[in-house]
Amino acid sequence: MRAGAAPDMRWRDPLILVALLLVVWQLLYLAVGDVALRSPWVTARSLGTMLEDARFIPHVRETLAAFAQGFIIAMVVGLAIGIPLGAARFAGEVAEPILVALYSIPKVTLYPVILLIFGIGMPAKVAFGAIHGIVPISIFAMNAVRNINPTHLRTARVLGLSPLSLTRKILVPAALPEIVTGIRVGFSLALIGTLLGEMFGSQRGLGHLLMQAMSLHNIERILALTLLLVVFAAGVNALLLALDRHLHRRTA
Amino acid sequence: MKPHVALRGVTRVYPGKTPVHALGPIDLALERGEFFAVVGPSGCGKSTLLDVMAGLASPTAGEIVFEDRPVNGDVPPGIGVVFQEDASFPWLTVHDNIAFGLRHARAAEAEVARQVGYAIEFMGLKDFARAYPAQLSGGMRQRVCIARTLVLKPRLILLDEPFGALDQQTRLLMGDELLRLWRETGATILLITHALDEATMLADRVGVMSARPGRFLDVIATDWPRTRDSTIVASESFGRLTSRIWTLLRGESIRALGRA
Amino acid sequence: MSAAGWTRLGVVLGLVLLLEALCRAGVIPNFTVIPPSAMAQSLWKVLASGKFTPDIIATLTNVGIAIAASMVVGVALGTLLQSWPAARRVLDPLFATYYAVPMYAFYPLLIVLFGLGDLPQVAIGFLLAVMAVIINTLNGLDRVPPVLVKAARVHGLGFLKTAHRVRLPYAAPYIFTGFKLAVAYSFIGVIGAEFITSSRGIGYEISFAYNNFDNAVMYAMILFILALVVTVNMSLHAWEKRLLARRRRA
Repeated sequence: MRAGAAPDMRWRDPLILVALLLVVWQLLYLAVGDVALRSPWVTARSLGTMLEDARFIPHVRETLAAFAQGFIIAMVVGLAIGIPLGAARFAGEVAEPILVALYSIPKVTLYPVILLIFGIGMPAKVAFGAIHGIVPISIFAMNAVRNINPTHLRTARVLGLSPLSLTRKILVPAALPEIVTGIRVGFSLALIGTLLGEMFGSQRGLGHLLMQAMSLHNIERILALTLLLVVFAAGVNALLLALDRHLHRRTA
Repeated sequence: MKPHVALRGVTRVYPGKTPVHALGPIDLALERGEFFAVVGPSGCGKSTLLDVMAGLASPTAGEIVFEDRPVNGDVPPGIGVVFQEDASFPWLTVHDNIAFGLRHARAAEAEVARQVGYAIEFMGLKDFARAYPAQLSGGMRQRVCIARTLVLKPRLILLDEPFGALDQQTRLLMGDELLRLWRETGATILLITHALDEATMLADRVGVMSARPGRFLDVIATDWPRTRDSTIVASESFGRLTSRIWTLLRGESIRALGRA
Repeated sequence: MSAAGWTRLGVVLGLVLLLEALCRAGVIPNFTVIPPSAMAQSLWKVLASGKFTPDIIATLTNVGIAIAASMVVGVALGTLLQSWPAARRVLDPLFATYYAVPMYAFYPLLIVLFGLGDLPQVAIGFLLAVMAVIINTLNGLDRVPPVLVKAARVHGLGFLKTAHRVRLPYAAPYIFTGFKLAVAYSFIGVIGAEFITSSRGIGYEISFAYNNFDNAVMYAMILFILALVVTVNMSLHAWEKRLLARRRRA
């Protein structure tokens, strides 16, 4: 994007992308037919009907509740792990490969263990979401703290800042951009974890509805739910991304 | 005698919201086997001149003729270029770097080995043939790039401030090497440099460029013998030539600085 | 190995021993978690019996296909997009949002489209992996110094040859990062899909064992996957370090 491009240019490209995706969807539908797909318009209408259905709302609430709790736990635990590891150099060095290894294992493999510990139900779903979110949040938080410019810290000492002032005025602003990136990634992964848990071990929630629709071969419902999840996830991520970029631009 | 490479009325304007008239019009004719240096203030378009001559950029006006054929947009065979920045390929050893062009031309492996071996010896890289560029100093990496160009036996060699990043002593020695290379290959050489003493010492003729848009203010002949080396800096005419060039350049450099 | 390395080994061993002690002492009941030594024993039996070898082969084959496909398509698309700035700009929001979208949500759709074979699982693995490859290929190609492309032109290389012999080799370390991610994502995608719905594969067998209260087999398979993925990732990491050593300034 050229510097000084008109502000409406920023919205033009995402709109073109969305339009492109809708066109591809429509073309796929024309190619495959009703046996496996529905058109974008039909799906949107179906979603609208679903959202007005009183029996549908409890499932949305269930998923949101599970996700919110899992995400909050992921944030608290992730920051509690990541920030001290970033500050203590040796501990961080020891822990980093372990965290990275945890990041790349298919956490879904641990689901049966979680089900054995928590039983089927809300606590298990919260745990699924949490374990997915903890690792990226802690890794990013660790790096955020680690990369705080030591010159800032020395300056603070010279200026005689109290520990509280030091934290508020220097540590938090310096580490915040990377931490927010971690939270954004953790958000998405926690959502995936919650959803995955519902798809495979629950009787309520959007993930469960999705699996139910699949076994009933209810294509319209599958698409409507998928659309809802995609729009929600992409939408919130876009907002968090804007925040993320804003913070990084300030400090770049 | 027909010139080896000739530029007639060559101009280069960079397009854009505010077009930049970088070069020209330039008229230049190089004799076969000549050593020609170009000096000028920063930003005067020296690198653009090289790009256009090599066929890496198209002139906005005018024509370039190399060995009786026009040059436009494609690099003709027989031209070698040594760039200002390090252009060695970091994923290849020194040997494979130098062999790159030959292998692309599908030369037989035995032939490749022979030519590359010779170039490595010539450029003093024998102990480093299996090393990677990252393990070498800046000067050595430039030697790798020169060797890579050399091995294809170009008839016209263009060099864009090849010794810019090196210290003065190394530059003088590299200058000697460049002269040796020139004599051995009989190639026509165009050297761009910001160092006046380097230009005066190495070249048969020195073209002095103005500030942007670059045009030749004057072309000064040095009349050095072909068998020269860096010791000619001691001769009387060296001082005279260098100060003549500086007199021309001084005003232009001040103008270029002000515009910078 | 460095001091950090030894400490790390100690920490991991310590945790394993702690788990072993807690399980044997009954603090953690056996119907929840079995002791690590029992897991290892069970894994040995499982592998020796060969009963699950077809599943293992099925899963690894699917993972392999997903990795290969995502690398080929990812590098090709990445190279194409890098030379087509307009298309890249339009797709940029997609790159930024891609991994936020729960890819598993598409699994039912893929099953409807492709039926109940291995293809939906490979597809999920592919979809998760390919974007990482594209993003890292773009990143790598972005960093190619223009002077190298000029040098290629002087040598008479056209677009395809320049991409093949200069730009992609330069970008190789970054593409390797994409490869590491492709491996991780392929495992995550395929095994996750096997858990949700499948008729064979390691994920399926873990799910089956869980449903049949067969903790021994279940933990054996879980241990197998975890050990396999960790080993693969560590090997790739070591390989990467060796490759990069050549390029690092001495």
